[in-house]
Amino acid sequence: MMLAQDGLTNGAIYALLALALVLVFAVTRVICIQQGEFVAYGALTLAMMQSGAVPATVWLLVAMGVLVALIDGAAALRAGQTGKLVGVAGWSLAYPLILAAVLSLLPVKDLPLAVQVVLALAVVVPMGPFMYRLIYQPIASAPVLILLIVSVAVHVAMVGLGLLFFGAEGQRTPAFSDASFEAGPLLISGQTVWVIVASLVLIVGLYQFFERTLYGKALRATAINRVGARLMGISPSLAGKLTFFLAALIGALSGVLIAPITTIYYDTGFLIGLKGFVAAIIGGLASYPIAALGAVAVGLLEAFSSFWASAYKEVIVFTLIIPVLLWRSLTSRHVEEEE
Amino acid sequence: MRTDRLALGVFLALLLVVPAVLSPFYVTLLNYIGLYAMVALGLVLLTGVGGLTSFGQAAFVGLGAYTTAALTTAQNLPGWLAWAGSSPWLTLVIGLVLTATVAVILGSLTLKLSGHFLPLGTIAWGISLYFLFGTMESLGGHTGITGVPPISLFGWVLDEGQEIYYLIWAFLLLAVFTTQNLLDSREGRAIRALKGGMVMAEAMGVNTARSRMIIFVIAALHACASGWLYAHMQRFVNPTPFGLHIGIEYLFMAVVGGAGHVWGALVGAGLITVLKQWLQDILPKVLGASGNFEVIVFGLMMVLVLQRARDGLWPILKKLVPVRGVQKTIDPSAEALPRRTLPKAGELILEAKDVTRKFGGLVANNNMSLTVRAGEILALIGPNGAGKSTMFNQISGVDTPTSGEVLFLGKPIAGHDSREIARMGMSRTFQHVKLLPTMTVLENVAIGAHLRSHKGVLSAAWRMDRDEEARLLKEAAYQIERVGLKEHMYEEAGSLALGQQRILEIARALCSDPCLLLLDEPAAGLRFKEKAALGELLKKLRSEGMATLIVEHDMDFVMGLVDRIVVMEFGQKIAEGLPDEIQKNPAVLEAYLGGVD
Repeated sequence: MMLAQDGLTNGAIYALLALALVLVFAVTRVICIQQGEFVAYGALTLAMMQSGAVPATVWLLVAMGVLVALIDGAAALRAGQTGKLVGVAGWSLAYPLILAAVLSLLPVKDLPLAVQVVLALAVVVPMGPFMYRLIYQPIASAPVLILLIVSVAVHVAMVGLGLLFFGAEGQRTPAFSDASFEAGPLLISGQTVWVIVASLVLIVGLYQFFERTLYGKALRATAINRVGARLMGISPSLAGKLTFFLAALIGALSGVLIAPITTIYYDTGFLIGLKGFVAAIIGGLASYPIAALGAVAVGLLEAFSSFWASAYKEVIVFTLIIPVLLWRSLTSRHVEEEE
Repeated sequence: MRTDRLALGVFLALLLVVPAVLSPFYVTLLNYIGLYAMVALGLVLLTGVGGLTSFGQAAFVGLGAYTTAALTTAQNLPGWLAWAGSSPWLTLVIGLVLTATVAVILGSLTLKLSGHFLPLGTIAWGISLYFLFGTMESLGGHTGITGVPPISLFGWVLDEGQEIYYLIWAFLLLAVFTTQNLLDSREGRAIRALKGGMVMAEAMGVNTARSRMIIFVIAALHACASGWLYAHMQRFVNPTPFGLHIGIEYLFMAVVGGAGHVWGALVGAGLITVLKQWLQDILPKVLGASGNFEVIVFGLMMVLVLQRARDGLWPILKKLVPVRGVQKTIDPSAEALPRRTLPKAGELILEAKDVTRKFGGLVANNNMSLTVRAGEILALIGPNGAGKSTMFNQISGVDTPTSGEVLFLGKPIAGHDSREIARMGMSRTFQHVKLLPTMTVLENVAIGAHLRSHKGVLSAAWRMDRDEEARLLKEAAYQIERVGLKEHMYEEAGSLALGQQRILEIARALCSDPCLLLLDEPAAGLRFKEKAALGELLKKLRSEGMATLIVEHDMDFVMGLVDRIVVMEFGQKIAEGLPDEIQKNPAVLEAYLGGVD
C-alpha cells in the first residue's frame, strides 16, 4: 500500500506533465522534450532561494527578456508602431529586471514558504512564452520533425545551463506540511495529499479554463484546426505563447510539489518528463483522459518495479512504451503525408 | 578531368598521408571523427533523405560494441556459442545480425505510426539499453568490459591508432560510396520520395513502409559497425558513450553538417568533434566550474542552424569548392523495358457499379456507375462539389466505397491499396500536383517505372543495377520526350511552371506502362498550345489502345477530345452520352447554367 501511495503521487505529477505535453503538441505541433526542465528549474529555483542565494535562473530570464525586447522592439519600430514599444519593454525588460531586483534585495530566505513558491514560479513560468517567442515562433510552420529536433536541442541546452546554475548537487526542499494522517493501517504524509490535491485542482482549473474562457476556447480551436482558427482572428503566436506559459506553469508547479519528496538534480527533469511522455503516448498525444490514466499507470508500475527489481526500474518503465506502440500501430492503418 | 573526381582524389590523398604527418593526438581525433561520421551518415539517410529520425543511434553503436566486447573477452561461452568469440570479424557479423533484428522489431512497432513516434520510441529504447548495459553484471555494470582484443587483418594486428585509422576510414568511405550509390537508384528514388511524397509514391507502386524500414535498418547497421570499430580501438567498453545524450549529439552532427547530403555527415562529425574538444578545454575555465557545458553551445547552435540554414553547412561549403555536378547520361542502346500487352480496343477495362460513398450523413456519391473501355477517353464532368473527386478516389483506391463495386480488368479493387492497383495497370495524376521539387524531371518520371524493375538495395549499393537503371532512365527519357518536356529533362521539377508540372505527372504515369490512365484536371493551368499538344498526346494514346478517364473543367478541351461524357451533380449521374448529346441535354444545361426557360 505504501507503494500504491508512492505510485499515485508520482502518477499525479506525470499526469500533469502529460497534459502539458498533449496541450503543447495539439496547439503548436511541438513535442516538448524540455517539459521536464521546467520541473527541475522550478524545484531548484525554490531550493536556491531557500539556501539564501539569488536564483541564477532569474538572470536567464533577464537575458531572454532582453533578446525578446530587441527582436520585438525592432519589429515594432520597423512597423512604425511606437505605442507597442511600451508594452514590449514592460513585459520583456522591466518585469525580469524588477523581479531580479526583488530577489536580490529582499531577504528571500526568511520569507514564508508560500511566498517563496510564488516567487519561484514568477521566475520560471515566463520563460515559457519567452522560449516560444525566441525559438519556435520563427519556425512555427516547420515540419513536426524539425520542431522535435529543435526541442531536443533546447532540452540539451537547458540541462547544460541547469548544471551551470545549480551545480551537480541534488536538492530537497522542506515539505509544505508536516502533518500526516492515519487511515487504517496507512500513514499518509501531508505532502502526498498536497501533490494529489494540487494536481486535481490544476486539472479541474485547466478544464474550466478550456471550457469557460475565451482564451481557453481559442486554444482549443487552434488545436483542432490551425488554419481555421487563424482565419477567425486567433493569432497563432499568441496561442503558442499562451500554451508555453501553461506548459511552464504546469512544469514549474510540479517541480515545486515533488521537491520535498524526491531529491532533484539539474538533470532529473528529463526522466520525469519522459515518463509524462510515456503517458502522453498512451493517449496518442491527443487524448487528455487516457493520458492521465496512463500517467497513473506509469506511476504505479514504477513504484512496484522499484520495489521488486529496483535496478531495472527505468528499463521496465520505458519498455512499457513498446506494447503501447504495438497496440497503436495495429489499430491505425493509413499512409500519412508529412505536413 | 571531372572536377568532382579531382576534389575527391585530393581528399583521399590527404587522408592517406595524414598518419605519417600529424601527431598521434590528431590521428586519434580523426579516428573519432570517422567513427562518428559513420553513425551520422546513417542519420543523413534516415533524417535528411527519409524524413524520419532516431535518437537511439548511440544505443545501436553500443549494441555493436558490447556484442563484440562480450563475445571476444568471454572465458567460458557455452559450447554452441564457443565459435563466436574466436575472431572480431565473426563478432562483427553477429553484431550486425543482432542490430538488424532489433531495428526491424523497433521499426515494425513505430514506423506505421506517424513520423514522431519513431523518435520517441528510439528515445525510450536508447534509455532502456543504456540502463541495461549499466546494470547487467555479466556486462561489467558501469565499469564495463576491459581487455578487448585488437582486430587483425591478414595477420596484421591493428593495435595502434595509426593502424586502425586506415580501417576506420576505409569503412567510412565504403559506407559513403554505397549510400551515394543507393540514393542514385530505383530504391533510392523511392527512399527520397518518403519525405513529402508518400501518397504519390504509393500510387506509383512504392511500398513506403518497406522503404522506411530499409533506411532505419541501414542507419542502425552503420551505427553497429561504428560501435564494433570503437570497441576494438578503445580496447574496452563502458555504458557512457552509448547514452541518450550521445545519441542526440549524433543527430546534431547530421543536422549541422547538412542532413540531406552524404558528405554533410563528415562535415558535421568533424565540426562537432573538434568544437567539443575545444569547448571542453575552454568553457570550464571561462565559467569557473567543471561540467559538460559544451552542450549549451551545441543546443543553441542547433536552434540557430535550424532557424537560419535548415540544410546545414554542406551546401554552403559546396559553393566554395568549384565542383560541377554531373548530368546523367541516357544510353540510347539500352534495351527497352518489358511492356504489358494492352487489352484490345473496345474491351471493358473499368466498371464502377452503383458506387455509393457516405461521409456521415453526407452522400458524396450516390449509385454512381460508369464504364471505360480500351481505346476510349471518358470524361467525368460536373459543377464544383458534384462529387467528381470523391468518385476519382473510389476508383483509384485512395478511398473505399460505402457500398457498390469497382471492377478493374474484371477484378474487384475496392479495399485494395493503391500500390496493388498500380501493379494491375492503373496509373494516375493528381489534382494538386505531387512531385519531388528538388529532384530532376528525369528522376521524377523514373519513379513511375518503379514496378517495372526489380533491383534491390544491395545491388544498388554495389552498382550491380546499372543495366536496369539504364533501361529505366531510357524509358523515363522517352516518356518525357513524348509529352514534350525534353528540354527540361535535367531541371529541378520544382522549377517548372504549374502546367508543365501537370504534364510531368502524365509522363510519370505513362512510365508505369498502364492500361488505364486516370487524369485529374490535366488541362488546368495549361496555355492554349500546351492544351492542344496534350490533346494530341491523349488521342495518340487512345489509338494505341489506352483507356483514359479524365476529370476536367475545361469544356472546350473535353468536347473536342473525348468519346463519351458522364455528368455528375450532387453526387449522382445526371447524364451520360456523346459530347454532342451532352451539350444539348436539358438536365446538364440546367446544372451548369441554372435552368433554361
